[in-house]
Amino acid sequence: MSEQQRPEVVSVRGVGKTFESAGGRTIALEDIDLAIAPGEFVSLIGPSGCGKSTLLRLIGDLTAPTAGSVTINGKPARQARLDRDYGIVFQAPVLFDWRTVQANVALPLEVKGLARSDREQRVKATLDLVELGDFARHYPYQLSGGMQQRVSIARALALEPSILLMDEPFGALDEMTRERMNSEVQRIWQQTGTTVVFVTHSIPEAVFLSSRVVVMSPRPGRIVRVIDIDLPRPRTDDTRESARYFELITEVREALRGRRTDGRPPSGSVASMERTLAEGAVG
Amino acid sequence: MTGRWTRRLRDFAPAIVVFIGVIAALELIAAALDLQQFILPRPSAVVKAFVEEQARIQRSAGNTLYEALGGLVIGVTAGVLTAFAIARWARVREAVLPIAVGASAIPIIAAAPIMSNWFGILNPFAKMAIVILLTFFPMVVNVARGLSQVDESALELMRASAASDGQILRKLRIPNALPYFFTGLKIATTLSLIGAVVAEYFGGSDDVLGRVIVQSSSSLRFDITWAAISVTAVAGILMYVLAVGVERLVIPWHASQRVAET
Repeated sequence: MSEQQRPEVVSVRGVGKTFESAGGRTIALEDIDLAIAPGEFVSLIGPSGCGKSTLLRLIGDLTAPTAGSVTINGKPARQARLDRDYGIVFQAPVLFDWRTVQANVALPLEVKGLARSDREQRVKATLDLVELGDFARHYPYQLSGGMQQRVSIARALALEPSILLMDEPFGALDEMTRERMNSEVQRIWQQTGTTVVFVTHSIPEAVFLSSRVVVMSPRPGRIVRVIDIDLPRPRTDDTRESARYFELITEVREALRGRRTDGRPPSGSVASMERTLAEGAVG
Repeated sequence: MTGRWTRRLRDFAPAIVVFIGVIAALELIAAALDLQQFILPRPSAVVKAFVEEQARIQRSAGNTLYEALGGLVIGVTAGVLTAFAIARWARVREAVLPIAVGASAIPIIAAAPIMSNWFGILNPFAKMAIVILLTFFPMVVNVARGLSQVDESALELMRASAASDGQILRKLRIPNALPYFFTGLKIATTLSLIGAVVAEYFGGSDDVLGRVIVQSSSSLRFDITWAAISVTAVAGILMYVLAVGVERLVIPWHASQRVAET
């Protein structure tokens, strides 16, 4: 009954992923259960090797699970991909050098076979959404890194997907640009109402953006905690200086270190995780 | 437009000055040392020889260019088609690519007498066949690389958009291969003229640049030899410039084309 009250966009059940190689088998993910409701903004955070990117790729059917099932909008992930239910943004913008900004954004629309007039209208609306309308005829190399990433977000949103998958989209940007982009993503998310799954290794970024932060640990990759972020929206620069914000950052950081707020020691190897922790960021 | 051309002229000005300087120096040195014309003919004597032998040189240049360009067109076309087959079918790749890579290292020009034997020493196709072989392999290797070495994330992006194989080919692989195609084309263009002229050294019709060079030098008329070589050089440069011009038109977005940006 509860599932009917809260229909799930993403449902990950008992998922495992094992990579076989000449050097042996690596368990990338084990026993993952995750349900995401429509309009949620969920971040996956954890140190390198915790399988957060693999989990994102499983949700997007870019790789298949070796155990369990992934359901998107009530369909198998593969069907959701073929129905073009999701848009994806990688760490690199992955823009096509030979296409202008507007032609890059139009790419998924062309692939779907939309008529030219529909395409132009959608491209214009999406570029306005990311505030790059004035750069429609520029080539990618004429844009800054932050602008290129905005183009790739526009491309991912062009088909108005029900889920937006973002794989460390701002990992390559400087801190100032990243904060600006975070505010931008929050605005876009609120404006479109799309569901977002966001992989990051930055604690402040995860806390600032998310409705929920999913904390993962490596070897084997599993979910150690899910933290609700109750900061009021819209979050602003003031949010970044609020006491609650710092409390939540501490909570995520302690979860990453394998320390529970109730003070119980963790079951995993703390020492190995501690080593991978950088100040305010991991991975 | 005028501004662009004056700027371009200014860019080339130092090279032009050096070129004219070298020609003038050769003229002066040849005169001062009283060099025999078969050691170093004066540039003025070369110009004179060109004017006197213009009819034959022109006819020869036409015939040689016919061999070079004909072979280039066939070799490039066949190379591109083979590259597509390689990108499409793994079996073709396994069978052809190692041979193509290996063949790029072979002095194919050495096979010229065999081609003359097969197709007839007077048949221009004997020379064209050498040009085809010379240009085919670099095109295969480069275009096959461009079609297959596609950014992994770009492929995932296409998969995420539920793109068909045909769409991935048209919208990703082919544009991705264009810079590689032009790299191959520039190599092939240079090789085509070298191949045609050197293949002509081994014998055949007399009205080709290679024969003019061989015959004039064996009768010690090096002024004519230099004139024919100069014509070959100019033809080679023009063909290369043409290839670069087409490249600039077709892939203005590529990193190699962005030097003019400020």
